[in-house]
Amino acid sequence: MATAHSRTAARFMIAPAVLLLLAWMIIPLSMTLYFSTLRYNLLMPGMEDFIGFDNYSYFLTDPAFFAALTNTLLLVGGVLLITVIGGILLALLLDQPMFGQGIVRILVIAPFFVMPTVSALVWKNMFMNPVNGLFAFLTKAVGLQPFDFLSHAPLTSIIIMVAWQWLPFATLILLTAMQSLDSEQIEAAEMDGAGAFARFFHIVLPHLTRAITVVVLIQTIFLLSVFAEILVTTNGGPGTASTNITYLVYAQSLLQFDVGSGSAGGIVAVILANIVAIFLMRMIGKNLDI
Amino acid sequence: MARRVPTSRKWLVTIAAWAIGFLIFFPILWTILTSFKTEAEAIASPPSFLFFDWTLDSYREVQSRSNYFLHFYNSVIISLGSTLLGLVIAIPAAWSMAFVPAKRTKDVLMWMLSTKMLPPVGVLIPIYLLFRDFGLLDSRFGLVIVLTLINLPIIVWMLFTYFREIPGEILEAARMDGATLWAEIVHVLTPMAVPGIASTLLLNVILAWNEAFWTLNLTAAKAAPLTAFIASYSSPEGLFYAKLSAASTMAIAPILILGWFSQKQLVRGLTFGAVK
Repeated sequence: MATAHSRTAARFMIAPAVLLLLAWMIIPLSMTLYFSTLRYNLLMPGMEDFIGFDNYSYFLTDPAFFAALTNTLLLVGGVLLITVIGGILLALLLDQPMFGQGIVRILVIAPFFVMPTVSALVWKNMFMNPVNGLFAFLTKAVGLQPFDFLSHAPLTSIIIMVAWQWLPFATLILLTAMQSLDSEQIEAAEMDGAGAFARFFHIVLPHLTRAITVVVLIQTIFLLSVFAEILVTTNGGPGTASTNITYLVYAQSLLQFDVGSGSAGGIVAVILANIVAIFLMRMIGKNLDI
Repeated sequence: MARRVPTSRKWLVTIAAWAIGFLIFFPILWTILTSFKTEAEAIASPPSFLFFDWTLDSYREVQSRSNYFLHFYNSVIISLGSTLLGLVIAIPAAWSMAFVPAKRTKDVLMWMLSTKMLPPVGVLIPIYLLFRDFGLLDSRFGLVIVLTLINLPIIVWMLFTYFREIPGEILEAARMDGATLWAEIVHVLTPMAVPGIASTLLLNVILAWNEAFWTLNLTAAKAAPLTAFIASYSSPEGLFYAKLSAASTMAIAPILILGWFSQKQLVRGLTFGAVK
């Protein structure tokens, strides 16, 4: 049993971490909240005045916001769809006995360790470029016109890049979950004459439900904040075709210096992320027994 | 128990898995190959895979036209610095939560995690303005602080899950023998905790090395780590594929190697114990 002495010591040991995170949460967030009620442009210092919720109505009625919200949902949804389905298929494959499994695992996981700016620029120039890219060469080789990915399908292109980066994460987690499946259960089903599909849908998939939920929630948290890939490839364009909420807030605050409206956008982003976070926290909380 | 499978099926699976693995890895392989080409060969059509004149020109070029090693050094300082600082703050916290749990320990842990869910863009403006006012923009020190704070919840959580696996009886035995708190930490806990701390360090160095929101927004030139340095290649110029590839290869190689050692920790660190 912990003594009173060690309990006091324990409080002191937690204090720095708690206080720092508390400061990190409260100070900037309350500043954002405060700025979001001001008319505040960095180009006109000293002209700040209180305007209530005007920034919010300005930000939320801006057509760019609706475009950015749609793009954010498409980006998150598209990447989730590719990575979860791809991840399940890959995990099923990697779970089979084969030669050189360790090496294949390494190859599959590698994209996760590539920094976002590198992966975006490599995809943009060396693969998707309509003149010199590898895709252009392949389409020309089969006699088709090369497709200019980033100007004609900017959001889809970004979805492909981001999905490539996150597929390893989904695969790795689903594979981990799959390996904890009792193989006797599968064998018993096999002996009872269950086919491969029946085994997958009645045993494997239900076993994976939890892992899939975790993948979806954790990736959503990160995918809502995709930024570097957009910054170095399309700058959110053409127009607002590939602008997500994160990029829109960045553009309004640090490119147009409109701190007030940017802050309102930041708060909107926080609320969106919190909706997902609540579900994720519940999942993790259930699993944590102290 | 491994099930017996026919060899033909094993070969089939092997071929399929290797083909898909190769496809997924291909963009990285292609970048590495291109980095050894000349600029003309980098855009040659048809592209050559292995039969070209291997050269290190692009690597020399990257270093000579922009101080590559400065940015590499920045990345090392920022990722290692923020991880070590984070460990110093997190080890005591995780230790006490794992071994002296109180009623509210779970709430504290969950709350810490919730700070990680805060989208960075929600605090971009205040942090940017505070950095500007305190002269921290484009400084390594400022980035170390920010990255420490954003990774602190992950560090605490990972350490907590590792520490919890250390049997408490050993600590109690040490206490019975009259060990002080300090002796308990140094002589009993540390040797058992080192593997967990090492894994935490590894994963967090990787996360900090690849962090590309704050590093892009808070640095310009002097303190720019590799993420921001590579972003300078986003404006098209003449022929630059080989140079881009060389710079990219150097930026990802160290972390690719570290990453392969940390596959297991990845699952643990990024799912907060929700998947085992």
